[in-house]
Parts: sequence; structure tokens; C-alpha cells
Amino acid sequence: MAAVKITDLPVIERENSISIKGKQKKQLKCDTDSVAGCVSQRACVYCGARVVLNPITDAVHLVHGPIGCASYTWDIRGSLSSGSELYRNSFSTDLKENDVIFGGEKKLARAIDELVAKYRPKLVFVYSTCIVGVIGDDLQAVCRAAAQRHGIEVIPVESSGFIGNKAAGYRAACDALLSLIKPADSLIGQIPKSINYLGDFNLAGEAWIIKKYLNRIGVTVNVVFTGDSNYESLKNTARASLNIIQCAGSMIYLAQKMKELYDIPFINVSFLGLQDTADSLRKIAAFFNDQEIMRRAEELIKNEEAEVKPVIADYSDKFVGKKAAVYVGGGFKAVSLIKQFAEIGIEVVMIGTQTGRKEEYKSINDLVNDGTVILDDANPSELEKFMLEKGAHLLVGGVKERPLAYKLGMAFIDHNHDRKHPLSGFVGAVNFAREVYSTLCSPIWTLVNRG
Amino acid sequence: METLNCRSVIENPCTMCMPMGGILPFKGVAQSMVILHGSQGCATYMRRHIAEHFNEPIDVASSSLNEKGTVYGGEKNLKSGLDNLLKLYNPSLIGVLTTCLAETIGEDTDMITAQYLQERGLTDFPIVTVPTPGYGGSDFEGYWLAAKRIISALACKTKKHGKINVIIPNISPADIREIKRILLLMKTDFTLFPDFSDTLDSAFVRPYQKIPNGGTEKDDISAMPGAAATVQLSLTVTDTNSPGIYLEREFGIPLYNLPIPTGIGNTDLFINALKEITGAEIPPVLHQERGRLLDCMIDSHKYNFAGRSVIFGDPELVYAVTKTCIENGIFPVVVATGGKASNLKRLLQPHLVECPIETQILSETDFAQIRVKSMETGANIAIGHSDGRYLTEKEGIPLVRIGFPIHDRVGGQRLLSVGYTGTAIFLDRLTNTLLENKYKNYRRSMYEKHYQEKKAGERHGLQQFL
Ligand code: SF4
Ligand code: SF4
Repeated sequence: MAAVKITDLPVIERENSISIKGKQKKQLKCDTDSVAGCVSQRACVYCGARVVLNPITDAVHLVHGPIGCASYTWDIRGSLSSGSELYRNSFSTDLKENDVIFGGEKKLARAIDELVAKYRPKLVFVYSTCIVGVIGDDLQAVCRAAAQRHGIEVIPVESSGFIGNKAAGYRAACDALLSLIKPADSLIGQIPKSINYLGDFNLAGEAWIIKKYLNRIGVTVNVVFTGDSNYESLKNTARASLNIIQCAGSMIYLAQKMKELYDIPFINVSFLGLQDTADSLRKIAAFFNDQEIMRRAEELIKNEEAEVKPVIADYSDKFVGKKAAVYVGGGFKAVSLIKQFAEIGIEVVMIGTQTGRKEEYKSINDLVNDGTVILDDANPSELEKFMLEKGAHLLVGGVKERPLAYKLGMAFIDHNHDRKHPLSGFVGAVNFAREVYSTLCSPIWTLVNRG
Repeated sequence: METLNCRSVIENPCTMCMPMGGILPFKGVAQSMVILHGSQGCATYMRRHIAEHFNEPIDVASSSLNEKGTVYGGEKNLKSGLDNLLKLYNPSLIGVLTTCLAETIGEDTDMITAQYLQERGLTDFPIVTVPTPGYGGSDFEGYWLAAKRIISALACKTKKHGKINVIIPNISPADIREIKRILLLMKTDFTLFPDFSDTLDSAFVRPYQKIPNGGTEKDDISAMPGAAATVQLSLTVTDTNSPGIYLEREFGIPLYNLPIPTGIGNTDLFINALKEITGAEIPPVLHQERGRLLDCMIDSHKYNFAGRSVIFGDPELVYAVTKTCIENGIFPVVVATGGKASNLKRLLQPHLVECPIETQILSETDFAQIRVKSMETGANIAIGHSDGRYLTEKEGIPLVRIGFPIHDRVGGQRLLSVGYTGTAIFLDRLTNTLLENKYKNYRRSMYEKHYQEKKAGERHGLQQFL
């Protein structure tokens, strides 16, 4: 048997997706198709769409496709609800061989009928998966007919997996949301000093925390996109006087559209880390140009900081000289993690995302130190190589990256959608420091390093 | 609404798709890698699912079909995918599995890969293709089809050697290690396949290995046709997907098709088959372990008798667990699989006649229906993978985790449930779950049932339980 030995690593097509700060001036390539065979860590369009829409609590989320796509996405996200639990179910039309040959439209129509009869929802999202795009089911038509039949909204989400990556799914979700929030004629005017909060999925109650802060400074949160939102609240979207966007990767498109259509201005915010949280509260207060809001914001910041800063400082003392690697889904998260790590005295030596945007990579490049490796759509081999070469002690990532870090003998921070503790706001900053402490300073590493 | 077969919607799936199952046997071949021909997302989801269960890095490549590839064919993607996979991992075998998308657009992976090997001058390199459209079957079918295709691709006519083939279903790495221990105790010379006991439960070593050590050696698989017999631990696999039947028909190797050795009866079957094949006596340690299991069953029998079980998951595991439950008086009220499992009912029937209560057998079902049936029949213990956690959350039925996937607890890869010793450990998990529930509830339930003196509306007597 011929021995296969091709050792010229890494794969050439990947070269332009990796850069080292300060080393070369070239522009990092991002938002490209994944290179085949490279074990990309990326997810699909449907995944992106589902992440954004899933937190809408009282909707039926129906996956039109074969069973697997629905099976792997059943209740794997940590979005919390204060009301309906319907969103935690995974519904599938379970397409079979026959449906692939003869089309799945009838089955889809029946599926919607059965679900409406059983759950009486006001809102149904129908996600298309890869093969639906190929077998040519007319999703729009089936949904339109079902909506009429039942007098509810049935919204198709064009999320066939192969039309792009996760980012295309965000877009599909935003389109679905736009068709939902069209204001009814009867909608009465704007609510003063009110905002829509875009790009928080209420993981472990994060949106609740921010809502509480905003209420305390005298700002009303109209609706959160999409954490703990529901049909009614989304319908009232257009009444807010400002949109604030946290996860820009998924929501900037929606914000731009709302500006265009309803003339709602938007600003970018981030509630990850102490500095970002404080800055964002000030930014919001400044927007409303209201002395009382500004005063209350300052007061809140002062009180909260006084409480958490000493706790965080205690943790930071233990992190001297430690280095972190980051590999997360979107650019927003990556940018804020650099700042969060700086706040606890940890340097980021490698950083990458699955679907970061050009602007975000620019911010990343501005924030990190010389020599930091920046990569887009990395694979496990690259992560391994650069983490070891850069001497990282800790990796931030999702479920797939966790075992890799552990096998390399490194600490790990879960920064994915199924986390069980909030990382937002002042409380979140403490949680973050505590999580870093719990993994970086565990006795296990002494044992491991002793060999 | 209750007759599932005329429903058009699945609510909370109790099954996964074919390629997911197909990945696992490849993880049990030494130095092998898998590429899924289709869109990127499927591979990512499956990797995530498998990684959560085993707590191991699961590298599975994808040909990452995009719109162009979908319209004009994915040949170029698959070929460059194979190039890159070879570069990055240098494997000695590659599995090419299809997904829904590749099958729907009619990709001929046999042709593409044959062409590829020709073009690259790698004609000796083993590529094993497996057609696994997600809509074509469940993970169970994918597992067995992949196992069979690996064997049929590698097997060569070989001189007789006294070894026996042991073919393993989707059980835990700990179970595989226990089966190997028993084989050694029985002084058997064997080829065990697929062996993911090390690859999917690897030790912490430095430096890190991209493809973990372990797995059945390619040459050993090639030599399987020279074995004295095949012991296959799957009654529920269909003949067309059965590696054991393939080896019997093609090479005349006698097949012992047995259940997973969980439960005393099933373990007896396994050990007696080994005894019959090898002529070796059962060593005293195994007699002792059997005796200890009997002792364990006696110790727990009264507690177990209160159990009414709902059992779900992979049909092979469901069969073994159901038999174990019947042996111990934890009578099954609902037995469910998400896939077709066409012969499960027939296989279980003779054992179910021993049950004093009726058992509902559901196939192609989902968790919505399992939940309804569990409540109707008064189930008080659920046995299966993590997706059954809803039964606990919504209906308070405690779940004993076994099988795949276990993603909300650690240690799925270390769960031991086979052999006499493994069965005892598994049974303790069942009994203790029943006991825990009893201790949690009996004070309150006795009070509510029998305490008479309380006046209407008076609550304070309950204080002590709150
Ligand atoms: S069911 Fe098909 S499309 Fe869905 S994950 Fe499985 S292989 Fe992919
Ligand atoms: S079939 Fe498409 S939509 Fe479904 S998981 Fe795969 S890539 Fe995503």
C-alpha cells in the first residue's frame, strides 16, 4: 500500500484567512466559503436563523426538512422565558425518501394544521433546510395559504444551509422578523424614552439583567430581539424611540432596515465587561439627552462598580502572566472578549471567529497586541498549532472546541448559547472572572503538568 | 392525534439521522477519518453532538457544498476536500459519507472517489463510501450500514486463522473494554470491530494526537474472512445491513447473532456462545461475577418490583434494557424507538408474556408521544439517552441515562452496563433511582393518603415536608 505523506501544512487556500498583527499589512479574508475538507467549525444558515428566532417564546418553530436538522437543534440553547415554553420544542416535518421525490408541500401544510390545532399559536416559523431548497417546495405559497386558513402568521424562513454560512442565516432571520413587525395601522405613536434592545437572546437571563439596569435609569425597554420576546411584544416594535444593538453580526441589518422603514435611529452597545457596560449606559443616557437619566446612570454605574470591582480585582491578582486564546462565533463577542480579558489582566494571543465581519476584524486588529494571531473560520489543526506556539493557557470557545482545549491541557471558558450563567452587565463581569478563575486555577493543571 | 403514523409532524425527535450513526464505526478503525459530502452545517451539528457525549475532540470533515456545488455537482468540492483531509490528518483510511443534500442532487461518490484515487495515483488507498442520506434512516441504520461497508470494502479471502470476529453495536467505550476483558478471560483470540474504546475515550497524553491511537487495525479487518466464527451483538439489525450476515454469506463464517450482553440472560448467551466456539471452560472469576449479580438482583428485587419503566432509544439497546428490566421485575410499560425497528416487537414478544402488565411498543415515535404514553401507563422510571430529560422536567419521571447521546451529564463514555459486573452496576443505577424517588416522596404521600385529623383548608401540618 502506497504510504500517503503530504506534509506541507497548512492548506494553502487557508493562508489568506490568517494574519499576525504587525507582521504583514494584508487584509484578512473573511466571509468566504469554508474550504472543503478542512474541518471548519462553522455552522449553517439554518443554525444562524434558528439562533436568532428561537428565543421567541410563544412561536411554533417548525423545521421543514429531514429529521436530523431538527434533532440536533432541540432545546440546545439557554434562552430563558418568563412565559410560554413552546419555543423549547423541536418540530419537524421529518421528510423521507418519498417526500424528496414527490415534494414535501402537502406534508408541510398538514404539519402546520396539526400544530395549530394542538397548540393554537399566533405565530409559526417554518425553517427551510438544504434539501427543501433543492426539491423546490414553494415555502412561501404553503405558508401564505396556511396563514389564511388559520388566521395567524406563518412566516417562512429561507434558511437552506448551502446558500451561505451562519451569517446568511442571521439575514434570513432578520427578514422573517421584518415581515412580522410590520406595524398595524392602529398602532399608536411612539413610547417616549423607550428602546428596542437588539441582539440579546436572554441566555441565562442576560436580557433581564440589562432590562433591570435600563429601568433603573428611567429607560423603558419596549422589546428585546429576541430574548424572552413573544408575538405581542414584537408586534409593538415600531413604537420604540431608539434601537440599541449588542450582537451586531446578527442584528445590524435589522437595525438598518428599521431606520429606513420606521425612522428609528440605532446605536451600538455592549454589556460585556465593566467598561463596555458603563460606556453603553452612558451612551444611551446621552442619546436621550436627559439630565435625570444621565444622573441615574452615573449613580448606577458608581454603585455597581463599587460592589464588583474589588471582587474582580481579587480574582485578577491570580491571573498575572496568563495568556488567552479566543475562538467564537461572531465578531462582536470576540471584540468584547479582548476588552474583558484586558480588564482582568490577561493578554489575548490568538483570536478568531466563524463569521466575523470586515469591520469587526479591523477592531480586533486595533485592540490586540503585536504578534497576536488572528484567524477566520479556523479548523482544529490551526487552533492547536497557534495556541501551542503562542503559549496560551486558556481558550474561549463553544462545545466543539472544549475537548480540544482539555486534550491540550488548557483551561477553557464556555462562550456559547447553552451557557447557564449570565456574562452580561456588572454581575456578568464577576461571573466571567469567576469562571476564568475556576478553570485557570484548578488544581488539575498542577497534576497534569507534573506529568 | 395519538396514532402517530398518520401524523405529519414529529414533535421532539427520538432519533438522529443516518450519517451521524455512520461516523461512529469509522472512529473505531485505526487512523481513519471521515468526510461528509454535503453542506457544512450537518457535519458541524454532528461533531457537536458526538463531542458532547464523549468529551473528545471529534474531527469530521465536510465537502462544504455551496450553492454552486449544489447546482453543478459537488465533485470538485469532494476532491479538494479529500486533498485537504489527507494533508491535514494523513489518515490511513477515509470514509466518505453522504448527507441528504448530496443524495438529493444525485452525487455518485463511488465514481468520484474512484476517479480521485486514479488521478492522484493513490489506487491502493482505502476509501470507503457509505450512502447515508439523513432522510433514508436513523442513526442506527447508518451505524450498521457503515460497519458493513467497512468490512466489505476491506475483507479479503484469507487463510483460516482461529480468531473470532466480534462485532460491536453502538455501546459505550467502557462497555467495549469490558467485553474485551471477558473475551480475554475466556481465552479467546479475537478481532473486535469497530473498536472505539480508546479513540472515543482517550487518555490524556502529550503531545496531543489529532487522530487518537486505537481502533481496529485495517489488516485485522481485512483478515476477518479467515475467522472461525463471528459473534455479532445485534439482533435488531436488518439482514441487508448486517456485517455478520455478509461474512457468513460471502465467506461462510458461522454467525452467532446475539443481544448486547446486558442482563443476566443476555450475558449467559454471550459467554455460552464463546464457550461453544472456543471449547474453553468458563473460568471461576466469571462464575463468581455471575453469582454476585444474582446476589445483587436478590438484594434489590423488592425495590425493583415497584418500578414501571419507559425505555427508549437505539433498538438494540432498547431490546437489551427491556429484557434486563423484565428479569428484575421493573416491568416495562412503554418501549419506544424513533426509527423503524421492524423486528423489535417480534423479538420482545416472547419475553413480554412474562410481564403481568401490558407493554406499549412504539416505533417511529417521538418524545411527545412517549410522554403521553408514559403518563397514561403510570411509568415511574425512564431509561434512555439525555433527550428523555423532558420526561423528568415536565412529568417528574426520573431518568437513568444510558446510550447515546448523553449531553447533559458527564461520563457517557464511561457508563458500564455489560457483562455480569456491568449489569450489576447498571441495575444499581436503576434501583437507586427508584429508591431516591421513594425517599423523596413517601413522607408526603403517606401523610396525604392517610392522615385524617386535618381540618379542611388546614395546611400547617404539612410544614415539615416543605
Ligand atoms: S437529516 Fe440530512 S440534512 Fe439534516 S443533519 Fe442529517 S444529513 Fe444533514
Ligand atoms: S441540511 Fe442544511 S440546514 Fe440541515 S443541518 Fe445540514 S446544512 Fe444545516
